[in-house]
Order: sequence, then structure tokens, then C-alpha cells
Amino acid sequence: MPTVKMTVNGKPVSAEVEARTLLVHFLREHLDLTGTHVGCDTAQCGACTVHVGGKAVKSCNMLAVQADGAEVTTIEGLATGDTLHPMQEAFRDHHGLQCGFCTPGMVMSAIDLVKRKADLSEAEIRAGLEGNICRCTGYHNIVKAVQAGAAATRGR
Amino acid sequence: MADTGNPTGIGASVKRKEDFRFLTGQGTYTDDIKRPGQAYAYILRSPHAHAEIVKIDTARAKAMPGVVAIFTGADYDKGGVPCGWQIHSKDGSPMVEPPHFPLCKDRVRHVGDQVALVIGESLAQARDAAEAIAVTYKELPAIVSTADADKPGAAQVWPDAKNNTCFDWHLGDKAAVDAAFAKAHHVTKIDIVNQRLAPNAMEPRAAIGDYDRATGEYTLYTTSQNPHVIRLLMGAFVLQIPEHKLRVVAPDVGGGFGSKIFHYSEEALVTWAAAKVRRPVKWTSDRSEAFISDAQGRDHVSHAELALDKDGKFLALRVSTKANMGAYLSTFAPCVPTYLSATLLAGVYTTPAIYAEVKAVFTNTVAVDAYRGAGRPETTYLLERLVEKAARETGIDRVELRRKNFIPKDAFPYQTPVALQYDSGDYFSTLDIALKRADWAGFEARRAEAKKRGKLRGIGISTYIEACGIAPSAVVGSLGARAGLYECGSIRVHPTGSVTVFTGTHSHGQGHETTFAQLVSDTLGVPFDSVEVSHGDTNKIPFGMGTYGSRSLAVGGSALVKAMDKIIAKATRIAAHLMEASAADVEFKNGEFSVKGTDKKVPFGQVALTAYVPHNYPITELEPGLEETAFYDPLNFTYPGGCHICEVEIDPDTGVTQVAKFTAVDDIGRVINPMIVEGQVHGGVVQGIGQALLENCAYDNESGQLLTGSYMDYTMPRADDVPSIDVATHNTMCTHNPLGSKGVGEVGAIGSPPAVINAVLDALLPVGVKDITMPATPVKVWQAIQSAGSAKAAE
Repeated sequence: MPTVKMTVNGKPVSAEVEARTLLVHFLREHLDLTGTHVGCDTAQCGACTVHVGGKAVKSCNMLAVQADGAEVTTIEGLATGDTLHPMQEAFRDHHGLQCGFCTPGMVMSAIDLVKRKADLSEAEIRAGLEGNICRCTGYHNIVKAVQAGAAATRGR
Repeated sequence: MADTGNPTGIGASVKRKEDFRFLTGQGTYTDDIKRPGQAYAYILRSPHAHAEIVKIDTARAKAMPGVVAIFTGADYDKGGVPCGWQIHSKDGSPMVEPPHFPLCKDRVRHVGDQVALVIGESLAQARDAAEAIAVTYKELPAIVSTADADKPGAAQVWPDAKNNTCFDWHLGDKAAVDAAFAKAHHVTKIDIVNQRLAPNAMEPRAAIGDYDRATGEYTLYTTSQNPHVIRLLMGAFVLQIPEHKLRVVAPDVGGGFGSKIFHYSEEALVTWAAAKVRRPVKWTSDRSEAFISDAQGRDHVSHAELALDKDGKFLALRVSTKANMGAYLSTFAPCVPTYLSATLLAGVYTTPAIYAEVKAVFTNTVAVDAYRGAGRPETTYLLERLVEKAARETGIDRVELRRKNFIPKDAFPYQTPVALQYDSGDYFSTLDIALKRADWAGFEARRAEAKKRGKLRGIGISTYIEACGIAPSAVVGSLGARAGLYECGSIRVHPTGSVTVFTGTHSHGQGHETTFAQLVSDTLGVPFDSVEVSHGDTNKIPFGMGTYGSRSLAVGGSALVKAMDKIIAKATRIAAHLMEASAADVEFKNGEFSVKGTDKKVPFGQVALTAYVPHNYPITELEPGLEETAFYDPLNFTYPGGCHICEVEIDPDTGVTQVAKFTAVDDIGRVINPMIVEGQVHGGVVQGIGQALLENCAYDNESGQLLTGSYMDYTMPRADDVPSIDVATHNTMCTHNPLGSKGVGEVGAIGSPPAVINAVLDALLPVGVKDITMPATPVKVWQAIQSAGSAKAAE
């Protein structure tokens, strides 16, 4: 079995995995980072979104071995102690989550989205979140949260 | 109960307690749980819609690496999954209730039916072994169409269900309706299809069975909206495990929308198998599997007729519906098209005579059961399409026709001709507020402006009511429910004055940990942060019927109020003792007990401590401790209602419909947390827009294959499919529960689909399109425009 080494949330990790192991299963099963969720099997829902090399990636659509040597950040790696990342804080302030299942992926996508472009319009935020499905919120408060999170991130 | 101005109390938009763990990846969903030594289950499912199982050869699979065990229908020695509601047909005969074993014995009846349970050291190994099982099937003809299921020549799903009929039920006064139709000035007729939907909670279902040999106790961790109901159904009916030996835990659950109410056979399988293999057994559905194993929703085909007098007053309504049950009867399936649907046919109108017939049919499809709204969206869609059509045909303005027939504000309590008695409502006000917020009066200018851009703009309205706060036990018992529908709540005041709240409801996104904490903190006068809400574990919670039918606050919250009444009554006697006063003279306000007309007072916390350290205590009259439990059985259903207005713009060249604006004004009774209420409406409305424009479970008529079995095929609403939504409430209080709350979970999904489709048809009216079925996809809209154009050209 191949050995993979990567840095996850700032910590070096290595493990022997079956070559077919997806990055999401490596994170969940081998590292017990269960904040990254699996909501579909066709790379559509985005619940598994993490950052690989600073970019949002659907971790169900990537093998763990493909992330060998990479810097990976998951939802568990965003907050500093009890201080939330501004995007996490914005989701809480604007009730941008209900059941919480799509939330980690939604937050990881949103952080990448606002990093790529400042001053996003509502339409651009909606288009930018097209790869993340939420069944609870109707997206209304997620859009508000991303607007607020973008402003807070810029101000930081 | 009133808004107190308390920043964390009733009426305040308090930020949610549950969010920190969800936002930091620390939620505990069922699939996040790892039991020591757990094995992984994979379920081999039928690739055919209907077939005989001739032979199952597991020899090669059993020899594969990592295989722990393989079970088939021949190995399964326990009971079938029961149905929780019994309907009787017109002739008095009970519904046909076929057996539903967790593993098929000799025949598969839908794509996804369960053929074998494979348990492996890893999921990959279990899946590999499942692929090596050789099943010989003899394929049989399948029936999937709701409309055709009872027709001669249709494939028969069950030998006992002649013409695939489960029951043939009716409600209302047929003679009175026939008489009213005979003297009608105008009759409007409509055919309605309410298409099948997949609920699609984002967390796929999962279950872990665990068996402790030392104690003989079973534990099931499961993605459920109602763990006690699962314990009862699975323990008593399927596996014969007594309640005291069975614990069911529903931890964080990632959305339900009804689909996680029901007792599913996978839950029984992992629990049963855990004892067989003497290891914990975990099963997690993937999304493709969810599409062919989660109960689906809606799937009604109806014909309706409305009789009007010359002034446009509704005289009578008759409705005939066929409802698809799928291949098996899921837990609440029979009550959805009957008592959750036909009983709402009066809507918000004074229609004096109503008659409904409902025939339920079996087909070779996944079971159908309650999905957000459950029966009420179907009725609302039918009624509001029918009323709209009547307005078009009679030439009466569609808003005026509704106003003309509204139940007046002073007519409550209002007895409908279809069993229900509405307690309160104000349909004129919700309508007027919605018209104003949506700028109904300014619409024609927007239509004209859109026309200049080559776009077709339309506006649609829906005025609706629903029955929720489910439900008075004696009433539902007389209608066929096999359970009571009260709720249980328990308040444990700790010695230092902090409080743990135990509720039998279950939160899977609704934010009960926050809302219930607001209610308790405000009522007992203890700090919000000193209240913790516990739910979802049968070993912690005394009892519970769970969360569905927008019942949690109206029924579960009322149980907490009753429990707090007992707490305050007991604490008052302790306080009276401490202040050397008569209990009759003691008042409780803002967390403090005081003696009327004096400056004597003791805080709630001191009373709590005294209850647990009873040194100076009326011990001969009162037990120590401060913990109370209450069961609350509602006196009636609750009746949220309101008005939804949708504005759409259609590109006639592509058929693409864009929702330009959506306004929802709902009457939901007492609101505890407005932020959470608005979030519930947003989500419900988008599910309704999804039904109207995007979503459909399509089955191939010949093969019975589900054609929309993944997110590549089934169109979920995405962020760029929907607009922001204007939400407001105009609340009249529920008159029969202590909170005045009516419930908000389902209003969005109930009121919205007809508003959207009425808007689409309003937009298409100028080009001659008179009808369209849901979902109004671009191709369907474009084709409708083309056909209407050809028809016009031919004239």
C-alpha cells in the first residue's frame, strides 16, 4: 500500500492507505477529521470541500495519494482556539446554517470565493456557491453571511 | 406568554447555541461515530423493478478478503417493518397491508429493494464482496405509473392487492356536493399532477447497531427525527427487543424534511446483525443509494371540480385522487393523502360542501411517505390552481375571488365540512400585507417593461392554510393512527440553579437547543447560558414522539411549559417555607419569589439549592429535588396560514423561468426566535420553488428504473436558481395551547408551489398557454410556448 504524507491543518501526517482511498475518506477515517462530510457520490454537493494548497477542492473527487505533499486545511483548521474565522462568525451571525451538514463545505468554498474576488455582488456569490448544495436554508442567509464574511475578511 | 424584552428571551433573535460545534466541524453525525471493533455493512440491492429471486449464490463472495458475514432473506428470522397508520376503505374493509421484510425472501419489488447484507472489515471489502454475489433473477413486468396502476392489465405488485389498490377511501358529504353542483352557475374543472420528489436531506441516512453481550442490551445509532418511535417500532414489531434492552440514539442529524421519520429496514438489519456477528455494524447510505431507498414524497394525480354561484361564491368542491404508495407501506404513508390532505380541502374558504375520494395504489417504486408538508402541499397546490382557474374562467379578479370566499376573521372557531375546526386566523390581513410588500398594484408596469426586453413576466398568488401541531391522540386514533401524538418534556433544575431540558422532539436543523433554551430561560428567569437542551437519546429522554408536522414548539414546547408549571408550583411552596409565608401569597416573577405586599424575596437559585440541600425544608409535605416531567396532548391541530406571492420572468427563446421576487407572509402564532422562523420559511419556500420549477423523480415506464438517481440527474435548487426571499409574519395566536404557537417548519413548502406555477401561467397567458405540469422546466415551458403558437397559427 502506498504511503501518503501531507500537512493537514498545519500538522504533518503520514499513513499507509489503499491506493483507491479518496482524500475525504483519508481525512475522516484515518485522521478522524469528521467535520468534512460526504453528501453525494458525484462531486455535486460540495459538503466535502477542503482547501488543498489554498484552493477549494471537493475532497471526494481526489485520491489521497494525489494530495501527497500538499498543504490541506479542513473546517477543523479554521478557528484559532475559540475564536472563529470571520467567515465562520458571519455564518453564525446571519443564521447561515441549520442542520450543519453542508456547512463545513459551504464555509470552505465561501472563503476561497471571497479570496478570489473582492466586492462580490449577490449574483456573483450565488454563482460562486453553485457547487455547494444546501437543503435547509434556501441560501438566503448563506448569501448574507458570505457578504458579511467577505467584508470582515477584507477588514482583517 | 408574551414578549418580555429580554435579549435572550421569547421574541428575541438569539444566535444559535448549536452553531459553534457545526461551524468548527465538531458536530457528531451518525457516520462520524466509530464504535470499537465496528464492522461495515453494504446492502446489495435489486437492479430490477420487479423480479423473482431464483437463486442467490454467496459462496465466492464469502471467500473474499475481509468478509465477516453475508445474510440473505433466507437467514433473516425476525419480523417485517410495520406501518403506523391504518386506513379503511369506503366499504369498511381495512387497507391491504403487505409484509415488508428487511431482506427480500423471494421477490424484489422496486429498484433498490434489499437482497443481501454484506458485512466486512472495511466498507470497500464489503462492497467488493457484494459484487461477487451471484443473484439469478426472473424479471417480471413492472408498473410505475400512478394513473395507470389500477387499470386492467397492469403488472400486479402484491397478490392480495387487487388492481394494485391499497385502499379506496372517501371523506365528506357526497349527496350535499352533488346537490350543490346541480344548481351551480359555473363549474371549473382541473387535472393536477403533484409529481414525486426526493426529500434529499444533505446527510445521507446511516445506522450503527451495537450489542452488549454482558448486559443483553442493544444500541442503535441512527439518523432519525424520532428515536423513541424507532425504538417502539423496531423493538416491539420487528426484532422483539423489549424497550429496557434497547437504546436508540439519534445524534446530530443533517436534515430530515420527513424522510427520517420512518422506521427503515436498514436500522433493523444492523441491530439484528450486530448480535449475530457480535460486533458493532455500521451502514452508511451513499447518495445513489438514498435515491432508491429513502422514502420519497408527493406523487398524487387528481381531478377536481369547483362549483360557483353567479357571484363567485364557492358552493361545493369534489376531488378524486390517486396516491402512489410505492411498493411497500412506509410508516405514515396511508395518512398522507387522506387525513393530512383531504381534511384541508376547505383551505381558507367557506366552501360549504366538500367530497373527496382517494385511491391508494401500489407500484414498483420506492415507498412514498411524508415529505415537508406531507399532504398539505398537495391540497394547497390543487386548491390554489383551481381557484386561479375559476377566476380566469369567470372573469372575476383572482384576488377578489379569494377575498369573496375567505373565512371571515370573526368566524373562528370555524368548523369546516371536512372534519377540522380552525381555531384562529386572519386571511384578509396576510393577503393585504403580502400584496403591499410584493407591490401587486405596480405589477403591470413591470410586465410591460419586461415585454420591452422580450421577456414574459407573470405574478402568482397562493392563500393557504395547513393543519399541524400534530396531533390530538384520541382524534388521530379514531382516524387510524396506531400511536398517540402527545409530546413529553422534562425540566431538571440542578442544585446550583442551572437547568437541563429534556425534550422528546428532535432537532435536525430547527435550532431547538436555542429556541427551547429561550423559552425556559425566560420562564424560569435563569440565564440563557445556564440552560442546556438535551434530545435524541432514549436513555436520557423519558419519552417522545419526535419532530415532524411542525409540531416541536406547539406540542413539545407546550409540554415544557406544563413541566415548568409544575416546577414553579413546587418551588413556590419551598419559597413560601423559606419566607415563612403562605404559598398563596407568593409571586414568581423575573426569577424571583416574593411575598405580595412585602419586601421579602428569594431568588430561584436559592430555592433550587434548598430543594437539594433540604435542611430548612417542609420535608413532611414536600419531597426534596426539583425535577418535573409533563406529557402534553394537544386539544386540536394548529392552523398556520398566509399568503405567498411569486413574480417570475420567462425567456420565451429558452423557456428558462427566473424567480424575480418571492414574498411570504405567514401566520404562525407566537414566535420565540424570529431569526430561526425566517430561516425556516426561506428553506421551505426554496423547496417549494424546487418542486415548481426543478425537481422530479422520473421513472422509466417500461423498466421501472429511476432515471433521476443522482445529483447529475435530479435537479436540486442551487444558490443561483433562487432569489432572496421577502419574509414577514402577521400572527394570530393559537387558542388552545399555552404558547399560542402554531408551527413554522412546513409553511414555506406548502404555500409556495402554487404561487410559482400561477405566476408561470400568468406570464404565459399572453402567448396562449393555459396549463403546465410541475416542474416547469425550461424544455417544458419552451415546448408549451411552441405548441400554443402552433395552435394559434392553425386557428
